[in-house]
Amino acid sequence: MYQYTEFDRDFLAARNAQFRAQVERRIDGSLTEDEFKPLRLMNGLYLQLHAYMLRVAIPYGTLNSGQMRQLAMIADRWDRGYGHFTTRQNIQYNWPKLKDVPDMLDALAEVGMHAIQTSGNTIRNVTADHFAGAARDEIADPRPVAELLRQWSTDHPEFQFLPRKFKIAVTGSPHDRAVIKAHDIGIRVVERDGQTGYEVLVGGGLGRTPMIGKVINDFVAAEDLLPYLEAIVSTYNVLGRRDNKYKARIKITVHENGIDTIREKVEARFAELKPRFTGVDQEMLATIEAQFAPPAFREAPTDAYDETYAKNPLFRSWCDTNLHPHKAEGYAIVSISLKKHGATPGDATGDQMRVMADLAQAYGHDELRISHEQNVILPHVHRSDLPALYARLKAADLATANIGLISDIIACPGMDYCALATARSIPVAQEIAERFAELKLEHDIGPLKLKISGCINACGHHHVGHIGILGLDRAGVENYQITIGGDATEDAAIGERMGPGFAYDEVTDAIERIVRAYLDTREGPQETFLETFRRLGADPFKAALYPKETVDA
Amino acid sequence: MPRAFTPKVITANALLEGDVVYLTRDDRWTRDLKEAELLTDEAHADLRLIEAERRVSEVVGAYLAEMKPGPDGPEPTHFREDFRRTGPSNYFHGKQEERA
Repeated sequence: MYQYTEFDRDFLAARNAQFRAQVERRIDGSLTEDEFKPLRLMNGLYLQLHAYMLRVAIPYGTLNSGQMRQLAMIADRWDRGYGHFTTRQNIQYNWPKLKDVPDMLDALAEVGMHAIQTSGNTIRNVTADHFAGAARDEIADPRPVAELLRQWSTDHPEFQFLPRKFKIAVTGSPHDRAVIKAHDIGIRVVERDGQTGYEVLVGGGLGRTPMIGKVINDFVAAEDLLPYLEAIVSTYNVLGRRDNKYKARIKITVHENGIDTIREKVEARFAELKPRFTGVDQEMLATIEAQFAPPAFREAPTDAYDETYAKNPLFRSWCDTNLHPHKAEGYAIVSISLKKHGATPGDATGDQMRVMADLAQAYGHDELRISHEQNVILPHVHRSDLPALYARLKAADLATANIGLISDIIACPGMDYCALATARSIPVAQEIAERFAELKLEHDIGPLKLKISGCINACGHHHVGHIGILGLDRAGVENYQITIGGDATEDAAIGERMGPGFAYDEVTDAIERIVRAYLDTREGPQETFLETFRRLGADPFKAALYPKETVDA
Repeated sequence: MPRAFTPKVITANALLEGDVVYLTRDDRWTRDLKEAELLTDEAHADLRLIEAERRVSEVVGAYLAEMKPGPDGPEPTHFREDFRRTGPSNYFHGKQEERA
């Protein structure tokens, strides 16, 4: 993992001292809110519905145990004893007091973390595949490049006032777990003629105008990546629309100008920029890469695992859903579900964070990941340790066996917290998860991604959910639109809207009808929900959602 | 015809805690909506808002929120204000907890 240098530490200390003084001046009345607001947003501090909210970046979703313990300490000491992990690999604290925030930021700096550029029209937290460095299908670990981008984009003087916010995601695998096609820039590590390079996509995004990213360059050489990205952001900075907030994201710039025009402009800008990159970035990248060397994987028998798997059905069920293939023999990638049925998706208490930190230290080469699906990953666990690990997870109420199933729901905070929300998300997610737990159907249903957003901004990624739910305010009443057929992977697709929305107390029944229609029409348990949708289209689901008598009424 | 003025209260978030607060008739900031001053006259409401907005070292983002008169004081007409009055529905945190 990347270790902060003296430069990083000095920069953060200076920045935190500056913000501490700004908070003091706000409290003593020398700064108005209009003056203070841009300053607090630059440091990740929002004012939400009921309280302030501090959004802390977890760069490319990677944490060590010390950092996770510090997040727990901050939750216990200055917040309400929990944190909320988000779809952008951030953690949000929902109840900080204004005067405590400088202390919280200093505590983060102690472990090499910050909240800079988690808001505002800047390049936000760079996200990555949460299985990076561990996945069996991976070409290269995307995190060194993500760290290089973090350093390049943090406080980049040209990119502090972009037309709108800007999100970059990186994956090192052909199978996309980082939703790169729904980002302003998506980067995929590729190999060509034995050379490692990058496929670069641009103009993806969700929100009110969902767009799938387009390939702007199918192979950017490793040493050209940074000047090429700088050329894209620089082109957007000039061309992006500042006259209309809803047309200001790069997806609209690409859509209005066409990908070919954008490509030409980026190439022209790249030609100007490239000579200015003297190779320092590649030296830095080499230093960063050395810090992401894979851990020393051990070779050991897996008998203990095999035995427990054979005789303990609960353990077996958990393994079958929560483990993924690891590149090293005998190892597994462990997903810890933060989606216990009926709990708030993505929330972990301070105690749970400490347990996960302890487990990472004991069994996981001291590494943790936060996924955009709001779960925690232990990327490197030897199978012989899984029975002991599982027992400790179970004791901490963290052994829910539902990764990738219908109750593993992405949900934004919605109107329970968010000032932008138009409807609630969390209680909808809670009720759906509890319903399918009662029905004991979710393992039979199989892979199904359900994603809920409480407003059109789509933090809950509803457009790319196999089933998406969008909460809206219709004439002063919460109303939920349902989409089907979205896909967040390399085959990214925007879901199709089914029809009129449903009232708050009708949503769970509606979802059950969709799922029962799938179970009735699938060709067998091996055909997933998404495959059935692709084979049959929307009709059977529409028929289930809107029975004829309702349509006639 | 201009639309008839409907009753409102002045609400904001407290500067230090972020809590939802309401302006009372005697110029206090209360966390209890029932104590808020229900403004039924448009000119008076506009004036009260200007006064509230000047209290920059106490609150953030003062605005007029739609309400209706109830037996115990103002009541929200929209669910957003209902959530602001109470707090989140997934945890018993915020003002609802302090009041309990």
